[in-house]
Amino acid sequence: MQILRETQEALGWLSPETITAIAKGVGWPRAKVEGTAGFYSFFHTQPLGRYRVLWSDNVTDRMLGNRDLMQAMCRKLWLEPGRVSEDGLVSVDTTSCTGMCDQGPAVLVNYRAVTRMNPERVAQMADLIRAEVPVAEWPAEWFRIQDNVRRADILLNNAMKPGEALQARTPDPTAVLDEIKKSGLRGRGGAGFAAGLKWEACRDAPGDERYVVCNADEGEPGTFKDRVLLTRQADLVFEGMTVAAYAIGARKGYLYLRGEYRYLLEPLKSVLATRRDAGLLGADILGRRGFDFDIEVHLGAGAYVCGEESALIESLEGKRGVPRNRPPYPVTAGFLGKPTVVNNVETFAAAALIAAKGGDWYRGIGTAKSAGTKLLSVSGDVARPGIYEYPFGVTIADVLADAGAVETQAVQVSGPSGICVADNEFGRRIAFEDIPTAGAFMVFDRSRDMFEVARNFAQFFAHESCGFCTPCRVGTTILKNLMDKIGDGHGTQADISEIFQVSRVLQMAAHCGLGHTAPHPLLDTIEKFRPAYERRLKSLDFEPAFDLDGALAQARQMTGRDDLAAHLENAE
Amino acid sequence: MSGTFTLDGREIPFEPGQTVMQAALAAGVFVPHLCYHPEFRPHGSCKLCTMKVNGRPATSCTLPAATGMEVESDTAEINDKRRMLIQMLLVEGNHFCPSCEKSGNCKLQALGYALGVMTPHFTHFFPDRPVDASHPDMLLDFNRCILCELCIRASAEVDQKNVFALSGRGMKKHLIVNAESGRLADTDFAPTDKAAEVCPVGVILRKRRGFAVPIGKRTYDLKPITEQVERFMPVTPATKEKVR
Ligand SMILES: Cc1cc2nc3c(=O)[nH]c(=O)nc-3n(C[C@H](O)[C@H](O)[C@H](O)COP(=O)(O)O)c2cc1C
Ligand code: SF4
Ligand code: SF4
Ligand code: FES
Repeated sequence: MQILRETQEALGWLSPETITAIAKGVGWPRAKVEGTAGFYSFFHTQPLGRYRVLWSDNVTDRMLGNRDLMQAMCRKLWLEPGRVSEDGLVSVDTTSCTGMCDQGPAVLVNYRAVTRMNPERVAQMADLIRAEVPVAEWPAEWFRIQDNVRRADILLNNAMKPGEALQARTPDPTAVLDEIKKSGLRGRGGAGFAAGLKWEACRDAPGDERYVVCNADEGEPGTFKDRVLLTRQADLVFEGMTVAAYAIGARKGYLYLRGEYRYLLEPLKSVLATRRDAGLLGADILGRRGFDFDIEVHLGAGAYVCGEESALIESLEGKRGVPRNRPPYPVTAGFLGKPTVVNNVETFAAAALIAAKGGDWYRGIGTAKSAGTKLLSVSGDVARPGIYEYPFGVTIADVLADAGAVETQAVQVSGPSGICVADNEFGRRIAFEDIPTAGAFMVFDRSRDMFEVARNFAQFFAHESCGFCTPCRVGTTILKNLMDKIGDGHGTQADISEIFQVSRVLQMAAHCGLGHTAPHPLLDTIEKFRPAYERRLKSLDFEPAFDLDGALAQARQMTGRDDLAAHLENAE
Repeated sequence: MSGTFTLDGREIPFEPGQTVMQAALAAGVFVPHLCYHPEFRPHGSCKLCTMKVNGRPATSCTLPAATGMEVESDTAEINDKRRMLIQMLLVEGNHFCPSCEKSGNCKLQALGYALGVMTPHFTHFFPDRPVDASHPDMLLDFNRCILCELCIRASAEVDQKNVFALSGRGMKKHLIVNAESGRLADTDFAPTDKAAEVCPVGVILRKRRGFAVPIGKRTYDLKPITEQVERFMPVTPATKEKVR
């Protein structure tokens, strides 16, 4: 994958001849290389212009007006979204959430993040593109990413020096593992599996080599806390990975960084180089004989499903990011079939703190079943969007108050795959006992239409399904189509019950968490915000999905007409 | 480890390393499936074989059997879901059985009948998928591809050729062939390949061999697929002959 990316960065796209050449170079069947290239949104096997502008299309970007801005940009460039300009200069399209929800609307220009888009920036950007000014010469201010840390606790306030956590304990892998187990640390990527047990299972699995993998794919819309950790506390994260390596006996680690965070690649590499120079990575770390460990950064290429740990491992191996069959689990057969620990960025950062300060200290923070702190990525209708670090157990209402939210209608906790919390539930707590979260916290005030929120999420899942299994590949698209049908005013009660039926197939038969959770936002909003759906239903029992007037849209476009007479009489 | 588990109340023995589905088939219990093939490692993508194991959904073709499991398969709830999966596959591609050379030998069609699929139910996607007729002896009609990857596995594992692979993601996932031109004629595919005979539906077809066996006399015309479980039994020395 890194070869594909570097080649594309140099040549602009991956032509059939380029793919043949790469396949020869790596000794893979050509079709397998083409299959990998075709899987990821950020690889193109067709020329897409020397400038490629991708608008982040999370619901938070939409709330900040990204659609109008994108239309304006397209008008200025004489373009249609998704199409390359006639002269091959530029294309403009949408992409899944780029993790900049606290400073949207955001775009990626040739895979470099630009945030806080507004009409002036759109106009200037269009001029720069038309004048063919290289992206490297664009105003540096545009590429400045804010951290927006609003509340810091043990992780974000950490001021340890690199290496401190590694030196803190007696040099004994078992002792380190015991501290992690004692701390009660649970995974921060969503599932909440006990980190100590995972590490122990990996250490005990038969195998001559072991791997430590840090999951920095952060694809869940509305989540951006790993980005801030990797910006502010990269050393702590790498230190946590090194602690894990020591505990399980691994010699090699990978950080899987989502393609949207391409701009972090060089800074992270330089942190790694500094650590190598300081003897904190490489051979005989801290002078301990045989404690060899090094870390490489692997850049993803736009595929949410690669956050799923086994898909992530496939992707690390250069393949299509498809979740594996389990068992076996990664702790026994992971990267290259070897025992592998996969943890979230925040989990590793916490592990480093625990190694330094002890499991008992950590256990004293948070609640009984949820030790420690949790980073929340707060976005949407709040006065102060950004990162909030709280001890576990904080209520939704407290977070809303701190972030300056008023007239709040709902909060989507943990992203589209999480839960939609209505105002009568704001007393509930962020903790594994109550509402677990991977970190997203998207706030919607009373002016927002919760149907459109759910529709945005349905589009997200349909776009991101890997396509491996039937229920998710076809089912997420059926759900999206049903939401579009309802949204366009052609829906009926029958379509709502259809949503329930398809959802049950997904929940029962899908292969991985993506398919299992894809129906959540729909089911949650139908239950809690039913009027938002019913307002849109026609009173009929059945309405054909085929829209006669809609079918004339192409003809209207070709003739440049959109007046009343160009529409069917009966269309509202 | 060998032992037994119960399947719909019936005691099923299993041998070491067997999956729930292999054990069920070996015991003569039919299990709906499309991506499973007795001669290949299980794949777990079509999800037709979904069962409930100790009350929780599981993919039976990839789940190792274990002693004491309580497994449900042939229940109204589960068959309902299987029916819907078939319907999903029918609308995802372009399946016009009456004009398909595979009709009567097609597993998708046979399972549709077996599970009582009366209509495709969902709105058709009508995807635009081309036909590849470039090869002198073989035809690829992608309209009917259900993405079970059997041809991919056969070409890689048995033929050692890697003629087929997948590209795209989600709804855009599609079968590709191993050639810069994208044409089957420019690969080393041969009609004698294992990959030429494994397709459960009507994608990979031999040219000039149409309708050799008349419709009405074909495999699943004669007997429903559910009564032909011996065709799918795991390949062990004892069962090998039965599976041609
Ligand atoms: C579709 C899907 C996407 C996921 N995305 C992420 C992700 O972006 N980051 C992450 O840490 N975990 C993600 N996970 C969870 C991982 O599979 C895995 O549980 C996690 O990385 C384990 O680390 P932890 O125990 O530290 O949480 C995802 C899971 C699924 C099913
Ligand atoms: S559930 Fe969706 S994402 Fe997961 S394997 Fe199936 S198709 Fe892929
Ligand atoms: S061509 Fe046939 S065997 Fe190959 S993936 Fe498609 S349906 Fe399966
Ligand atoms: S037969 Fe089990 S998933 Fe296809």
